[in-house]
Amino acid sequence: MGFLNFHKDTFKHGIHPPESKDETNALPIRQFPFAPVIILPMAQHIGAPSEIIVREGQQVHRGELLAKAGGYVSVPMHAPVSGIIRKIGNVPTISGKMSPGIFLEAFPSSTQEVLEGKPIDPNTATPEEILQGIQDAGIVGLGGAAFPTHVKLKIPEGKKCETLILNGIECEPYLTTDHRVMLEQEKDIFKGIHYLLKATGAQNAIIGIEANKQDAADHLAKHLPKELPLSIKVLPVKYPQGAEKMLITSLLQKEVPSKSFPIEVGVVVVNVATAAEIGRLLPHGRGIQERVITITGPGVKKKGNYLIPVGTPLRFVLEHVGVEEEISEVYMGGPMMGVAVSNLDISIVKGTSGILVFTRKDVNQSSKIYPCIKCGACVDACPILLNPSKLGILAKFEAYDEMASDYHLMDCFECGSCTYVCPSHIPLVQYFRLAKRVVRKREAEKKVESHA
Amino acid sequence: MLKKTLDISSSPHIYKGRSTDDIMKNVVWALLPVVFFASYSFGLNALLVIFTATLACVLTEHLLCKLSKKETTVNDYSAVITGLLLGLTLPPSFPLWMAFVGGVIGIALGKYIFGGLGYNVFNPALVARAVLQAAFPVAITTWHPAFLPDRFTNISRSIFTWPFMQPQFDAISGATPLSAFKFDGITASTAELAFGQISGSTGETCAVIIALGGLYLIARNMMSWRIPVAVLLSAFVLSGALYLMDSALYPSPFFMLFSGGLMLGAVFMATDMVSSPITPVGLWIYGGIIGILTIVIRIWSGLPEGVMYSILLANAISPHIDTLVKHRVYGTTKKIKAT
Repeated sequence: MGFLNFHKDTFKHGIHPPESKDETNALPIRQFPFAPVIILPMAQHIGAPSEIIVREGQQVHRGELLAKAGGYVSVPMHAPVSGIIRKIGNVPTISGKMSPGIFLEAFPSSTQEVLEGKPIDPNTATPEEILQGIQDAGIVGLGGAAFPTHVKLKIPEGKKCETLILNGIECEPYLTTDHRVMLEQEKDIFKGIHYLLKATGAQNAIIGIEANKQDAADHLAKHLPKELPLSIKVLPVKYPQGAEKMLITSLLQKEVPSKSFPIEVGVVVVNVATAAEIGRLLPHGRGIQERVITITGPGVKKKGNYLIPVGTPLRFVLEHVGVEEEISEVYMGGPMMGVAVSNLDISIVKGTSGILVFTRKDVNQSSKIYPCIKCGACVDACPILLNPSKLGILAKFEAYDEMASDYHLMDCFECGSCTYVCPSHIPLVQYFRLAKRVVRKREAEKKVESHA
Repeated sequence: MLKKTLDISSSPHIYKGRSTDDIMKNVVWALLPVVFFASYSFGLNALLVIFTATLACVLTEHLLCKLSKKETTVNDYSAVITGLLLGLTLPPSFPLWMAFVGGVIGIALGKYIFGGLGYNVFNPALVARAVLQAAFPVAITTWHPAFLPDRFTNISRSIFTWPFMQPQFDAISGATPLSAFKFDGITASTAELAFGQISGSTGETCAVIIALGGLYLIARNMMSWRIPVAVLLSAFVLSGALYLMDSALYPSPFFMLFSGGLMLGAVFMATDMVSSPITPVGLWIYGGIIGILTIVIRIWSGLPEGVMYSILLANAISPHIDTLVKHRVYGTTKKIKAT
């Protein structure tokens, strides 16, 4: 509906799925118990897997370093619980691939006190020291992407960060993680912003919050520290506003150039929960051990926002909150971009923002696929302004190279808006995911050939 | 204990919950008032013509699916729409066998040989009507007056003409406002046109009911509002300009807007999603072409009406309109081809 797009402070297109946040957004964050065995995959962030530095049978303290960063685009891993390393071996991950990992058996009687490291003072530390501290704390983007935060914050040579944006949009339906973090951890967020401003050299910071979290915006505004160049902006609710590029457009009316990062327009975007983690960990030199996760969906009995140790097996989590008889699908993340879990033996990772359980009747069964009738609903939904209908037709003919070269396939960030609106139930975003993989593989092969 | 196996599916895991057959069903709902008014103003004749055309379309689609050993696609309602639209564009006393032939041709040649729903280049109902116009030029231009007192009891003789026989038309026949204007220079009043107090094809006479059906679909976001607006606006502007130049020679733009099949065409024919462009700019161009061509044909050609040919022509170029429209992807400055 193009003629309704007269809001200036928003991006073009997008969709309005039901928010489904009411059941958990008023529930305070609760501590989750320790699982008897924690399973930590080493590949749970974007980049190189962490390198294990402990051995089987070794006793570790909560917060102790278990694995070091496997390179610059990588982070270390800390013990989420005091216990003994039972086994080092391959563990399953959500992608279906196995990853090297650690089985850590918790000491039932331990006080679970957290080890302290070298504190970092935001007033005296250099930007490099802060970035090092962020990497040492094992921090990755907690919004779901799990990209190492220190890499994102490193301003490339010749670029300048003017604005730091804190992403408190949480546009995925069902999820209320960031909402609760903003309501309960404002001190940590502000402290984190202090570090982030220092690290990026940004002159000002904006917290972007959607209007369905007005209470969080009011709460932050009330406690806003005067010494920070920080403002809060409430935006109309629209999916996928939490995507970096969309948020930048909504707040600053700037477009991030295709195939580049927000720093091109002088912006760095950090999730509010990530900022809170930085503000909480760096003053003590600690590593990340747990995170807030919304556990919800029609199949969950004790819905809520829980502080869960990283590495807690999904099976333990679901047994603890209780699920309905007829559960059919479990997703990690929200319903729009979350990944369906094939195996309950995988564990919570740093990037898990939500666990969503659907029963048989909640899963869309009907979905008879009709031919594309060119209704244009997808064209009106795509926030990147692609033509998903045309891309879908090309995908059917496996014209992947043409999709990439002529129709900007690689700009698609798989938000799923096109598939959400398609009346013919064409799994467009699934086609695009596949096409992007094929294109990337072909490009990589081409590179190898030209080097040979 | 938790069950062992889980289903997996690709994201997104929630859907808007609208399906293609929903959209088609709603188009049928929006057409029903038009069908009712046609039956009310032209009586049993119109009802029989519309029913026959619809039956022909649905049967043809079903049989073609069976013949090609595919699951039948009649339950997506698109064949019903084609049938209703065809029936609504025929004269009220049109021989039923001809209407039936039209329905068969519309589905078989207008839709099925292209690959069925989603692949037709032209609006199938208009393909059928164009063929009928070429094959039966007399029958398709023999009009029947509206609101005859015996319309609910009497059926015209021509309706039941045997196949391949010359139809016998009743002595009383009415001229459509467009032919009255074209050949006799008489224009009907806008009020008569808007509320269907005139002769014409079964479904084209009451502009208000057609427009209401369109508004319903637009409000439910099941129709592009750009197409009818573009068609009507361009027709209005061109005929208005001509009227301002010489009001004795050219009819008023309101007459142009409400007479003939323009309203039905703009709202229900040009808006066929499959045969119209997909880009917003493309839709404006497409609608503009239809509106302008309609007026050009009506005024300067030998035919009194031009909506059908305008839409068919615009259908033919609609993929090319989309290709010509340049559009910009987020984060780029260069415009690329849209389709």
